[in-house]
Amino acid sequence: MVDLDVRWRLHPQVAVRPEPFGALLYHFGTRKLSFVKSVGAVEVVTALGEHPTARDALRAAGVEDDVTYRKAIATLAESRMLVRAP
Amino acid sequence: MNPVPRLVEQFERGLDAPICLTWELTYACNLSCVHCLSSSGKRDPRELTTRQCKDVIDELERMQVFYVNIGGGEPTVRSDFWELVDYATEHHVGVKFSTNGVRIDEKVAAKLAASDYVDVQISLDGATAEVNDAVRGPGSFAMAIRALENLSAAGFRDAKISVVVTRHNVGQLDEFKALADRYGATLRITRLRPSGRGADVWDELHPTAAQQVQLYDWLVARGDGILTGDSFFHLSGLGQPGALAGLNLCGAGRVVCLIDPVGDVYACPFAIHDRFLAGNILSDSGFQNVWQNSALFRELREPQSAGACGSCEHFDGCRGGCMAAKFFTGLPMDGPDPECVQGYGEPALAAERDKPKPSGDHSRAGGRKAPVPLTLLTPPKKFCNESPV
Repeated sequence: MVDLDVRWRLHPQVAVRPEPFGALLYHFGTRKLSFVKSVGAVEVVTALGEHPTARDALRAAGVEDDVTYRKAIATLAESRMLVRAP
Repeated sequence: MNPVPRLVEQFERGLDAPICLTWELTYACNLSCVHCLSSSGKRDPRELTTRQCKDVIDELERMQVFYVNIGGGEPTVRSDFWELVDYATEHHVGVKFSTNGVRIDEKVAAKLAASDYVDVQISLDGATAEVNDAVRGPGSFAMAIRALENLSAAGFRDAKISVVVTRHNVGQLDEFKALADRYGATLRITRLRPSGRGADVWDELHPTAAQQVQLYDWLVARGDGILTGDSFFHLSGLGQPGALAGLNLCGAGRVVCLIDPVGDVYACPFAIHDRFLAGNILSDSGFQNVWQNSALFRELREPQSAGACGSCEHFDGCRGGCMAAKFFTGLPMDGPDPECVQGYGEPALAAERDKPKPSGDHSRAGGRKAPVPLTLLTPPKKFCNESPV
């Protein structure tokens, strides 16, 4: 499972396109497309870099205990859409 | 975050912008493949100018269309081709372009190797010259291999070898894979469509029912790392749901579309015909307007009737198959795909049918005589210096 106690942010080569269902993410480096399937998850994912840890970002959005958000972060980290930030 | 049915339904209702889009830059081509989707050969005098192409790119950037699949014709014979590729990547529109390799010399290969945002797809329809050249024309195998060699030598990573699966090359899938491995390339295989000149050869070239099974089995067993462009969703009824990778839905007018060399927008790359013409970017106030408001695309985004396929247990898997394949073989749109894996397409194909007349054709007169690469090797000084007729 992804380490939630560090800072994550979107990879600089990732573009986010808002959609009614959430967002499409495209990584210009890996050419991979991902789907974020809720507007709430898009807000959390795009704000990750502003928080010292992913857990703080989840807490700020009031979804710390919601497993779907953690899974979203884990999946995006696995596909390098998200990277560790200092 | 794998797609789930809910997301597929979203896609079927259409997105505000396509996920990706095919853009054919020219109808001019040095080859005359027998199955050409766009019946290419001669340049069209109305082809978009450099400025008009850049305007399209600006619009795609605003709409956040992440990448375009550029094709043709042979797109690299446009004298402004590299200028447009650079313009697109500078404007956050990634480029994947399809080529027969005619212009991929050592110098071009080195330039491509230096770019992070350009993908190259070399078309090859046989793993041997004999099989390939019968479809793509004399010398075309050697031309494609030379391009792959140049790319590989220049350090270009992960070129794509793009294969249209036919009756004659379906037995060569392992050989194609070996060829791709040799050049550090990825194999991409797609379905033969009866579109363009393909309508004339489809009956003889499309894989037989037994070969469809062979193809499906190969994809399930060896398909990891093989690209298919979601091309074979009509085969999903051959096995368990989800056994084939991909979304397995027809994205025409919903998540994909085609812009042709004169700015006409069609529902998909396999549907260059008035029946699937949504509008024109020049006369209908730009691409975004056509994408979002055209009557055709609105209709395609409505729930589609399952028609004769409604009672089939595999309907959820194949959704009735490919719209273009049905249309160009003269089958009803709300019936089975001509290559329906349950065999429902066969009686329909055997019955009397009316194939639609093509609504455009840029083939060179007299068909294929000999390869004509030399006349096009030097780009015309100005776009229109070379007579399109």
